[in-house]
Amino acid sequence: MNSTTNELAIAASGLRKAYGDKTVLDGIDLHVPAGTVFSLLGPNGAGKTTAVQILSTLITADAGELWVGGHNLASHPQSVRAAIGVTGQFSAVDNLITGEENMLLMADLHHLSRREGRRVAAELLERFDLVEAAKKPASTYSGGMRRRLDIAMTLVGSPRIIFLDEPTTGLDPRSRHNMWNIIRGLVAGGVTVFLTTQYLEEADELADRIAVLNGGKLVAQGTANELKRLVPGGHVRLRFTDPVAYRSAAVALREATRDEESLSLQIPSGGSQRELRAILDWLDSADVEADELTVHTPDLDDVFFALTSHPTAAAPAALKENVR
Amino acid sequence: MSSLPLAVRDCSTMLRRNLLHARRYPSLTLNLLLTPIMLLLLFVYIFGDTMSMGIGSGGPDRAKYIAYIVPGLLLMTIGSTVVGTAISVSNDMTEGIIARFRTMAIHRGSVIVGHVIGSVLQSILSVVLVGAVGVAIGFRSTDATALEWFAALGLLVLFSLSLTWIAVGMGLISPNAEAASNNAMPLILLPLLSSAFVPLHSMPGWFQPIAQYQPFTPAIETLRGLLLGTEIGNNAWLAIAWSLGLTVLGYFWSKAKFNQDPQR
Repeated sequence: MNSTTNELAIAASGLRKAYGDKTVLDGIDLHVPAGTVFSLLGPNGAGKTTAVQILSTLITADAGELWVGGHNLASHPQSVRAAIGVTGQFSAVDNLITGEENMLLMADLHHLSRREGRRVAAELLERFDLVEAAKKPASTYSGGMRRRLDIAMTLVGSPRIIFLDEPTTGLDPRSRHNMWNIIRGLVAGGVTVFLTTQYLEEADELADRIAVLNGGKLVAQGTANELKRLVPGGHVRLRFTDPVAYRSAAVALREATRDEESLSLQIPSGGSQRELRAILDWLDSADVEADELTVHTPDLDDVFFALTSHPTAAAPAALKENVR
Repeated sequence: MSSLPLAVRDCSTMLRRNLLHARRYPSLTLNLLLTPIMLLLLFVYIFGDTMSMGIGSGGPDRAKYIAYIVPGLLLMTIGSTVVGTAISVSNDMTEGIIARFRTMAIHRGSVIVGHVIGSVLQSILSVVLVGAVGVAIGFRSTDATALEWFAALGLLVLFSLSLTWIAVGMGLISPNAEAASNNAMPLILLPLLSSAFVPLHSMPGWFQPIAQYQPFTPAIETLRGLLLGTEIGNNAWLAIAWSLGLTVLGYFWSKAKFNQDPQR
């Protein structure tokens, strides 16, 4: 175990948590190599926040072998705490005091000297564009400012592992892109990031590895590209308005998947220029004239819907079919 | 894990945080101060003539009643101030910052200790303010040596420490400020059932033991004895026993509650 836990920033096996008879996490395994971004993806109520709360020592697990930063969570929570930083879904800032006071509070709790604390606070306030607001109470901050202050506070102790629980939920597009840049900056500094999100685009943009959590179980795990391969590949969709044209095309294009109801045909295709030209040539030679032609490439949305729209029990079956 | 100096440092950081809150938002503390001050003025200037006949002064004598009522109201001030503690602890626990503290490598109890010390300091400050009003309307300590003044201060600190720990526990089990305020209500009501306003012997016989042995009466009688030279008897020991008992109870209760997994 130890040889692997040293290179892994986070290692969890058989993680379980239930509230009463409601199982929130049903035995999940996670492995996050140091210096990478890992994204836990899932719909609301999938158990993402619970996973973060457990791995960040806020609440205790019912079962599971859990290691964070090379420390066992159950036996050495305080060592884990010294290695991590957490930015929760709900802003973990003290609203009654100013942004600067929040930063100095963190500096004190990390046992920095007064001088060092002031330096670090000033530097982070500058970096997160909070200098102007520094003397105002945090309760007056906008959502984006509060989230920036939240991350700035997390960074005071220079943690090597950072948990970000839905860091962009509720932010406007500009603030979201700002947050992405902040996260990329952290990763460039060698920090391990454990990110939860319900936005696939975000996981695609930021994460080295993605795990999809649904109903307390991991239904898929891999890189964004690996996950995209799990769902039916890209295709070209031909739509007809005339049933007669549709039927003659269907006869000519035997390989195409038919959809009688919408009078459309789907031809498997990766969507590259070369493949498209081949299809167009083929359509010409078969004398097929579709009313509408669309190119569909698989994205994480397809993966997400394919994996999370089924009840959990049906998910493995869907997955197998997709992998085929 | 964390050594003693670090624990002390974390606690003092948290204390500073709480004092900053109190300084920035003094309205709660000041509102709670109004109750004992209003009661003091009400009982002295409106009910004073009648009340003073009940303490055996022979005729209407407000000055005597001022002397009687002030020690009781000083202790009531503590009960009233710690209601604010219950409210602010309960408010604090709903804030995300507490979740952050729980995931940091700091002394675990420092959040609570900061609240407790802050609350004791606020209680003493409140007692001084109410005491100043008392002095302004004519209260004078008749017979207190320096040692007795010192003992009186010690009693006030110990008593506020004990009520604070209980209030912190009440704050921790309350889901919101309203619940906290309701749960802590007995701390304001108990002084009304003590010897703060009228002497025990004037109460119905069946009620006297209840009034006599509840936490406030022994403390009030001890303070009265220290400042005015009345008979203290075994009240000093009772007051100390109650204070220590409530402190220990509140400490373990609060600790257990704070160490539980926070509710989702």
